[in-house]
This record gives sequence, C-alpha cells and structure tokens, in this order.
Amino acid sequence: MTDAPAPAAPPPFVGPLTDKDRIFTNVHGFQDWGVDAAMKRGDWDNTKKLMEIGQDGIIDIMKASNLRGRGGAGFPTGLKWSFMPKESKDGRPSFLVINADESEPGSCKDREIIRHDPHKLIEGALIAGFAMRARAAYIYIRGEFIYEAKVLFAAVEQAYEKGFIGKNACGSGYDFDVFVHRGAGAYICGEETAQIESIEGKKGQPRLKPPFPAGAGLYGCPTTVNNVESIAVSPTILRRGAAWFNGFGRENNRGTKLFQISGHVNKPCVVEESMSIPFRELIERHCGGIRGGWDNLLAVIPGGSSVPLVPAKEIMDAPMDFDGLRALGSGLGTAAVIVMDKSTDIVRAISRLSYFYKHESCGQCTPCREGTGWMWRVMERLRTGDADQSEIDMLFQVTKQVEGHTICALGDAAAWPIQGLIRHFRPEIERRINENKGSAPVMEAAE
Amino acid sequence: MPKVKVDGVELEVPAGATVLQACEQAGKEIPRFCYHERLSIAGNCRMCLVEVKPGPPKPQASCALPATEGQEIRTDSEMVKKAREGVMEFLLINHPLDCPICDQGGECDLQDQSVAYGRGASRYDENKRAVTEKNMGPIVKTVMTRCIQCTRCVRFAEEVAGVPEIGAIYRGENMQITTYLEHAAKSELSGNVVDLCPVGALTAKPYAFEARPWELKKTHAIDVMDALGTNIRLDSRGRQVLRAVPRINDDVNEEWASDKTRHNVDGLVRKRLDKPYVRKDGKLVPATWAEAFAAVAAVQHGGSVAAIAGDLLDCETMFAGKALVEKLGGSLLEGRQTGLSYDVSSLSSVVFNTPLADLETADVILLVGTNLRWEAPLVNTRIRKAIKKGAKIFAVGPEVDLTYKVEWLGNDASLLAKLPEAVLEAFKGAARPAMIVGGGVLAKDGAHGDTLALVETLGLVKDGWNGYNVLHFAAARMGGLMLGYATKGGIKAVAQAAPKLLISLGADEVDYAAFENSFKLYVGHHGDKGAHAADVILPGASYAEKAGTYVNLEGRVQFGEKAVFAPGDAREDWSILRALSEALGAKLPFDSFEQLRAEMVKAVPALGVEGLADYGWSVPSLPTGATGEFGSPIKDFYLTNAICRASPTMQQCSAELIHGVEYAEAAE
Amino acid sequence: MADAVHIPDEAETRARWGAFEWTADNAEQAKKVIARYPAGRQQSAVMPLLDLAQRQVGAETQTNGWLPVPVMEYIGRQLDMPYMRVYEVATFYTMYNLAPVGRYHVQVCGTTPCMLRGSDDVFSACKNKGLVKGGTTPDGLFTLTEVECLGACANAPMVQINDDNFEDLTYDSMSAILETLATGGQPKIGPQIDRQTSAPEGGPTTLKDMVTENHDYRGDWA
Repeated sequence: MTDAPAPAAPPPFVGPLTDKDRIFTNVHGFQDWGVDAAMKRGDWDNTKKLMEIGQDGIIDIMKASNLRGRGGAGFPTGLKWSFMPKESKDGRPSFLVINADESEPGSCKDREIIRHDPHKLIEGALIAGFAMRARAAYIYIRGEFIYEAKVLFAAVEQAYEKGFIGKNACGSGYDFDVFVHRGAGAYICGEETAQIESIEGKKGQPRLKPPFPAGAGLYGCPTTVNNVESIAVSPTILRRGAAWFNGFGRENNRGTKLFQISGHVNKPCVVEESMSIPFRELIERHCGGIRGGWDNLLAVIPGGSSVPLVPAKEIMDAPMDFDGLRALGSGLGTAAVIVMDKSTDIVRAISRLSYFYKHESCGQCTPCREGTGWMWRVMERLRTGDADQSEIDMLFQVTKQVEGHTICALGDAAAWPIQGLIRHFRPEIERRINENKGSAPVMEAAE
Repeated sequence: MPKVKVDGVELEVPAGATVLQACEQAGKEIPRFCYHERLSIAGNCRMCLVEVKPGPPKPQASCALPATEGQEIRTDSEMVKKAREGVMEFLLINHPLDCPICDQGGECDLQDQSVAYGRGASRYDENKRAVTEKNMGPIVKTVMTRCIQCTRCVRFAEEVAGVPEIGAIYRGENMQITTYLEHAAKSELSGNVVDLCPVGALTAKPYAFEARPWELKKTHAIDVMDALGTNIRLDSRGRQVLRAVPRINDDVNEEWASDKTRHNVDGLVRKRLDKPYVRKDGKLVPATWAEAFAAVAAVQHGGSVAAIAGDLLDCETMFAGKALVEKLGGSLLEGRQTGLSYDVSSLSSVVFNTPLADLETADVILLVGTNLRWEAPLVNTRIRKAIKKGAKIFAVGPEVDLTYKVEWLGNDASLLAKLPEAVLEAFKGAARPAMIVGGGVLAKDGAHGDTLALVETLGLVKDGWNGYNVLHFAAARMGGLMLGYATKGGIKAVAQAAPKLLISLGADEVDYAAFENSFKLYVGHHGDKGAHAADVILPGASYAEKAGTYVNLEGRVQFGEKAVFAPGDAREDWSILRALSEALGAKLPFDSFEQLRAEMVKAVPALGVEGLADYGWSVPSLPTGATGEFGSPIKDFYLTNAICRASPTMQQCSAELIHGVEYAEAAE
Repeated sequence: MADAVHIPDEAETRARWGAFEWTADNAEQAKKVIARYPAGRQQSAVMPLLDLAQRQVGAETQTNGWLPVPVMEYIGRQLDMPYMRVYEVATFYTMYNLAPVGRYHVQVCGTTPCMLRGSDDVFSACKNKGLVKGGTTPDGLFTLTEVECLGACANAPMVQINDDNFEDLTYDSMSAILETLATGGQPKIGPQIDRQTSAPEGGPTTLKDMVTENHDYRGDWA
C-alpha cells in the first residue's frame, strides 16, 4: 500500500516520532501524575494565554490542526466544536462531555492518559469547554476504571485548589467546572447519546438523532461529546501550533496518536506514534516484533473490536491511519491494534467478539437485540463446524440485516467483525464444517 | 408547511410532521410496533424504516424523523422491503409459535404485519428465548415470551397513567418488561396496556381464552361507570357481553378506558334480576309479570307517587319514568340518590363547562374536594397533559395521590374564601384558568356557593373560555337534571313527602329506611340494595341491553346501541314502564322506542342532538361560607355501582389493589 | 435466561436491609455527589449512589457488596425517583451486584485481546482453586465472574479483584494471587511481569528520560 500524496504536502511518513514531539510524556507513569509534576512537564503553563486566543481563534487553530476525533469515528474535532451555539438564545447552558468510557476491546489509551497524565485532560477540558462556551465538563469514566477514577477525582481537586478551574479559571475571567461521573459497566455508554442518558441517571440507551447533542444533549442543553485523547491533545496543539501537528501523518490523517498494541506481539504496549506509521514499523520499533516472526502473522484487527480484521499480507506495510485502513476495508478506530498469529483460532476470536456485542447490546432496538444473539449462536456453531455451508451466507445476510438498521452504531460494530471474518477466512470456516460432517460428532472440551 | 415527495408523489405536510405522518398522508401504510400516536416516540422497533433522501445511505426510522422541505421518501424500494423483512425476521426469531392458543390471535399486529411484510419462512435454527410471566395485577395477563420489547406499556404507564411502575429491566436480549418487583400495577387505567400491546404479551386476564375476535358481535355503546361517557365497543357472543374496549373519541376518552369500564362486564351475568318478584309475608318470591303488575296496581297512592333514578340510567328510561309519575298524578323526581340537594336553577353552574379536550390547555387548575383518579380517571389524564404543557395545579381537599405534583392547600372549606396569595397570583396571570369542583363540595352546605363566588375572583370565565367545572360521577346525572330529576331539598324532601308509591329506577345507593311507609317498586337489573328493599321487582335491562341516550359531565349528548338481550324475563326498562302504565290505567303515549325518543326530544330538544348541550352561563346567587373538611364520596373505586359490585373482576381489583389482599394464583 | 441472576427472596431481604441508612461519612459523600449535578437533576446521582451503597453493604457484610432492593428504594427516595427507574438502572449496568458476592469478586476478562494472551489459563487457575463461574466458593471468599473487556488490553490477560487490577497474568501468577488472597495477604497490584504499566516488557522504547526523572521536553521544542 503506497500512496501518492499531493506534491505540496509533507512526506507521508517522516519517520518515527521523537520524544520531543510526544504529547503524553508521562504515558507510562514513571513519574508522578500530580499537578506539580505535571506543571514541570509543561501542563497548565500560562493557560490563560491560550484562552486569550479567543473562542473562535481556538476553534480555528483546532480546525487548522486537522485533528480528527480520537474516539473512533475520526470526525474533525475543530469542526465539531464549531457546531455549538455561540450564544444561548433561551438561557440554556452548554456542556462538554468527555468520553472516558473506554470499553472497546483492544483500547487502553485513555486509561493511560487518565492515570498518568490527568492534567492534560483537565486543561484540555477547560480549553475545549471555553472554546465551545460550555458551562461545565462532565468526564464520563467507565466504572471499571476504579483506580483511574480515583486519580482523576484527585487531579480535578488539585486543579480547583490551584484555581485552574472553577470560578475565574486560570485568571481568565471564565467560570468553568469539571465534574467526574463514573459509569457502572456498560460498553454502550461509549456511544455519545447513551452516555448523556447515563449521566442523566438512566439506562444507557442511545437516543434517536435528530435532535443531535449540539442542539439538545445533556439535560436538553447543547452538548459536545469528545474522546479523552482528542481533548487532552488540544492544549499542546495550541501551544505548538497547528502547523506542528500537521507535520505528522499523511494528509487528512494528521498528528500524533496513542497506539495500543495487544495480542500476539512479543511486547504489547501503549505508545504514542506518528499517524500513518506503517504497521511493520510500529510493531518492530515498539513491540519487539510478531510472536514467532512475521511469517507467523495471521491477521490484525487494527482499530479495536468493531472494525473488520485485515489479513497479514494486506496489513504488513499499510499505513496506520484512517484512510489507509479504510482502503483495506477496515478502519483506524481507536488505534487499538489486536494482533493475531497463526496459533489463533480465528473463528473463536471473532465469535468471542460476537459474544461481547451480545452482552453489551442495550436491548433497545430490534435488530441489535435479536441479531447479536443470533449472530453469536451461529458463530459458535461455525467455530465447531456444527453448521451447514449455506449458513455462512445466511450469517452474512443477517449481519447485513443488522448493519445500518439500528439506532446507534453498536449494530454495525457487531456486524463488521463477522463480515471481515467471512470475507477473509471463508475457507477456514468451510473446512471446519466439512471436517465436522466427515467425522463422528466430537465432544466439546468442558470449560 | 414543507413539501415532500412520497414514492414520487409530491405533497405538502403540516409543519412538525414526521416522515411517517407524511407517508400516511400520502396514503402509504407504514408498518410499526413501537410507534403510537398518543405516546412519546421510541423508535426502537425499527419496523417503520423508509428510504429518505437527502440522508445517509441507509433506511431511516420514519416515526422519529421530521419531514423537511424537499425530502424524497420511498416506501416501496428494494431497500425498504429488505429492511422490513429483516426487522420482521428478528422480531419473529424469539417469538413463540403459539398463535393457536394466544388471545391476541386475529387482532395481532405481529401476525398481520408478518403476513404483509415478512419473509414467509424462518431461517432461525437456534433455541428460542423463554421469559417468565410477570404479575401485573388482576387485569393484565402476561405471556412475556411473546414480548417484542416495544415499550408501549412502559411509556403508557409513565406518561399517561402517571404510574411509573412498569419498566424494562436487564439489557440486550435479556431485557424484560415487568412491573416493579412483579407487584400489581396500581393504576385504574392498567387495562389500556392490553390494547396498546401489539402482540399477545399483555392480554386481558378476565377475558383469557373467552373468544376469538372474529366471532364477536361489535356494538357501539356508551359506558356508564362514571360520568365521562367513555365511548366503548361492546364485544358480545350470543347473549353475553365478553368485553368492553374503548372507541376513539378525542373529545371524550381519547383512546382510553378505565379498568372499571373495561371489566365490569362479567358483572352483567351475575346477580341478575331475570324475573319479576313480589314481596309476600316479608319475603320476595318469584312472580309473573301479571302478578307483579297487579301488586303495584293494588297500591292506593292517590297521586302520591315519586321516582328515584339510579346512576346508570339512560335518558329514555328516566323520561318514561317521569311520564309515568306525572300520569299517576305525582311530581316528585330525584336522581341524587345519596342526598345531595345542590341548587339546579342554572345547569351551567352544575356542569363541567370546559370541554375536556380544552382542559389540556388550561394553565392553572384548582381542584376542590375531589379525588379525580376515582371520580373521573380520564379527566385526570387530561390534567396530566396540561401539566406537561406547563400547567400548575392547586388543590383544596383530602390529600390523595393524583399521579402528579399538586400543591395541596389543606382540607378546609373555609380556605375557599381566603385562598393563599400565591394561588390568587397564579390565577391572575393565567390565560386559561380552571377549577374543578368535586363531589365533596356539592355535599357541603355553602361550598357550592363558595366555588361560584370564585368564578369572579379567579377570573374563570373569559372570552371563549369557561373554567368553572363541576365534576359528576354518575352517568345519569346530567341527563337526569335536564329531565327534571331534582327536587328542592333532594331525597330528604322526597322522603318527607312520604310518597305512597316509590318507583325506584335502578336506584341502588338510596337509604330506603327513609321510605319505610312507601310501597317500593324497583325496576332494575341487579339484585342489589334497591331490589332488597323493594316490594315489587320488575327485571330491567343494563346499559348493554338497551339503546339509550346519555349526557356526560360536560353536557355532551351521546347515543349508545344495544349489544345483547337482557337475561331471562328481563325487559328493556321503557317497555316495562309502558306495560305497567297500562296495568295502572295510566297508559303512556308511546308504543315504540322511537316514539318515546321523539316525545323526549319534544320535551327536551337538546337530547335529540349529539354533542355538547348549551346551558348558557348564569351564576345563581347561593349561600356561601362553608367550613370544615371535605369528604370523599367514593370509598372504593372498583365497587361504585350494582354492576361492578356483581363483577368478580372488580371485587378482586378492590381486594387486591385497594385492600391489599393477596390473591393466590390458581395453579395452571 | 441463563444469564439472569437469582435475586434473593424479597421478604428476607427486607427484614435484613429494610432499615438501611447511610453511615455518617457516606451521607456526607452522597451530598457531595448530588451537588455535582444541576439543581433538579439529582437523578444523575443514581449511579454513584448505587455504587456507594454497594460499597457500604460490602463493608457491613465483609464482602464486595451487593444491592438489596430496600437499599435501591432508599436511594430512590433520596433522589425522588420512581423505584422502577432505580431498579432499571441497577439491572442494566453490570457492576451492580443484584445478589450477594464473596469477600473477593474475581472478575476475569475473557474478551478477545485477553483470550489471545491466555485468559483460558487464568480461568483454569481459578477452576483449580475451586472457583466456579457465576458462583461463590463455599467459604464465601471468592465469587468468579467472566467479564467483558476491562480496558487493559496491552496488559492482557488481566483480572480485576475488588478494586484492583492484576495484569500480564499466567496460570502460575493467577494461582499465586488467589493463594495470597486466601491466606489474607495482599498480592502485588498491576503487571505480574517485569514491566512498568503499559510500557513494553523490559523497558520503554520511547521517553526513556522519564524513567529516572520528571523530564521537561519543552527545551527541545523547535
């Protein structure tokens, strides 16, 4: 996968990121997360000056930085902020909701930001909230991040004590509160409207859109929901400028990004790298290579469980960015890279994801509630080969009946991994069915 | 008024309309399960998917999507067909194949729509899900395996009934609809979820396994359980009414009916008077019609004749009764059985002046001495709608849970003369202020006058708006008042006149001890209090067994049809009175129901015109200065008249929901 | 409905928990929680209060806590919420225990990233220590639950026991953790191998300056 960038654009990938250009310098938590240590690393450094750029100015810089949302969908962050009303026509306040409900299998980056660099997030909350004229930010952190929530509560407390947030935040004259809201175990609350429902004290069931949150979100007020990473990088972008951020990654895929590599690499890790870094380089440089060598690579789920897998030979030299992975029929998602070597029971690996989606379906709308269970049950039979060849096509059709027919994107997310499996590993599924037919029924190993 | 195209045909739709409404306007049928006109939009069943341009390249839920200028909507494309087939298949995979034993069969949305939009065969090879039944009380039977999680019942309970006791617990495919901890839903409107449920998950418990919809005769009737005049359809087979369901009438009951309206019908076949009786040696013994008539004819009344009308009567019966009394030389007529004697010189001062549909638009409402949930549950739902639009509610009277937030001012009639400043302030700023005067007020000396005095103080009558409302709860009341069934001094005055012959027309709430010396003729349908006191019983017809005219609390004239024949020797009331009149030598001047009705309309022309009767508006000058507490005239919502007292379902509701008796479910 | 928990008998639960009240500290905490949300939006506090209550029940029963119905109702009253709405929330989110659990709630992640790195071995370790999925050991010490992705995929496989994560597990290290807990000890929290949080095993490939000092990289900014 090579690409042909426009002549004027910087080279597609300028080499690995150097430490001076890493935003999350304490990502591994070697140092203290507290406010004093964070300030020594450059956080809360004259934030007032950043705010003096002005609300529209900040949004312009964010637009110019070409930052695309880091929560998975990749919607331009600056543009999203600009949808918020410039003034309240009816006295309703605006809210910023920060999505720290990191629950996508494979994703574990927001956790590192929160437990090791929380002040980047809180400073970003102030900047973003100020830019979109919000009265307060609610940080929705998944319930299972118990230690991380403790850190975040304490960090917010510190920021209040320092006068960075609250009345006259950072001496800017702007009043801004930051509240932390803990979830309690529901993947669906990562969906923005489900998250809003959850903050309102209800079941996390996504809302119908329209109305969109920017018109009527939390408590019926204009609301923007942003991912932790999108918010946490914004102060650094303002400090170093849009051009700096544009210096990394390919056009339309700019900036630095936290990659989370799990699965069958020698050294799984979380690492900040340049967007568009080729897969091979990412793995070689930071993960000690593929377990058993590159010939042992089977497939990769490059963006968290919701995106279709990509077979080894297609991904090896692909650029890890939104467009590059979309060209492979997959996506960057949250840059949660799940690597699978040839020892993997690939059908089981995907079936386990199907179970995940069945478990996490909120139950509100029909195709997802009924479809996720159906898909998982067929997947389990395909895993053991206890199926008919025709059921492969039927399952594919069922995924198509779910995809695009639901209120939120969970239906799509449940459908895509299976579609990816059937697209790329159909012979393997067929083999299992044939072998199962040919032999006497095999007893399942007891769990 | 945006213009949209539906399947290539351009049309203009009202501003604020949804795509679904636009499609309906274009004459296209849009299948749906969760969408219901009278509930909030959930958008969860996904059956109403259509293709809309501009928009994402996937089908859209038409129920939730606003129709906007220039939209191109397709309901007939391949994408839409596939989407419907897909959703239908998902709904069916876990739905049991028990249609042959399901009470919803024949009137099931899932059945109908799967025929119209489904794939025709199942591809589902896994085990189906089973869900345990939930107790929802004496009215609603549940088979939750059939539930398709449309949440109509959840939304109804919260939004309309105001009793948020139904919910969806757990999540994903384990999501279950249930009442809180499976306790009975404490709502007098719970039966409506049966109609709302698009499948057979919620069915009517008393009607379980009784009949199939296609074998039922459907008759349009008017309910008599309260004074609202709920428009109902009586479904009968042979001589028995098997169920009552509401008809849609936005001016009256919208689409709802109370549980009493729906389920009193099993009382129609119990404790019935099906032959004449004559009291001999202190005991009532069966008799022939001739013997009974002769017993009445033997009374030497000398013109001392009175009639008391019961609460469930149609106007025709009351007119015939009045004609007979007058023909016999009497003049005493009364319908206010429990002894009320309020002034009726102006009917406008004793009627519900605000049309019910307009009540929803009231902005401040003062309730006086009323438990609306029991006296008129469907007036209560209107007030809930008014609150949703921002209305503020104050109340004077005994505190009860009305399902919404009320500012209780206290239970002392003297408050009416000195309402708190906050109340006066609220009314001062109100464009559509209303007051509802309940039965507790009419029972208290001076209170009626106090409330009328407030008309001026609170500015209740404005151009095109009359917010003074008296709330009756007897179906016969307004018709009776129009026909003159009110004697100055009320029942007490009638008793003092000591009529030699007292004709009780289904009057079961009267204290007959006051008529010890009268010869009591009871014409009615149930062996209740009136029959027990009677000297002669002539078996009559219930509301289901006769056509008739009813006037509801607003003064709305409505006609009901006859669904079935009265049991045994029982006859329609008017024909009994007509036959009796001949036996008494005072033959009434009509030989048919039509002739009777013509006579009645000649006497009271308003009774001949369907719709609101015009009583004008005049305020009589009445004594004021009431003091003390208001009482609650209804002691038990489920047992307010002879029919529901005979109904096992209503008795069970009373025991379980009001008196907290736990019913052991019969083991099935 | 294999997944549905068996909710304990209502009458018994009411007898035991009908008089539930916040401890003085928790009453204070509940007030603080409610204050995070705008006036009139106190329903927002239902999730944090359910968590707080579960912890209090846990402290009172020497377990990881659960939510008896009367406790949910107590919160419903405090927040002026219909009981049904509280109950819906409590049954929707997986972290609320609807039935009692043991002293240690062993929540093993079984989702694909953990599965790929050996969560089967972690389950085996549990099984061989007598833990059964969905059940509590007879001594009341351990309740084993298979949970979905807990967001520590770069440190897979992992388990959350009460409030603590144990990561980069093997059959042996999981067995050792259970043994330590069973004997009243406190196992090391976090990665069970030579590794700083989610940095690569053996040492970071980036930001090495940070290992020894709180380095400020701003001096290198161009």
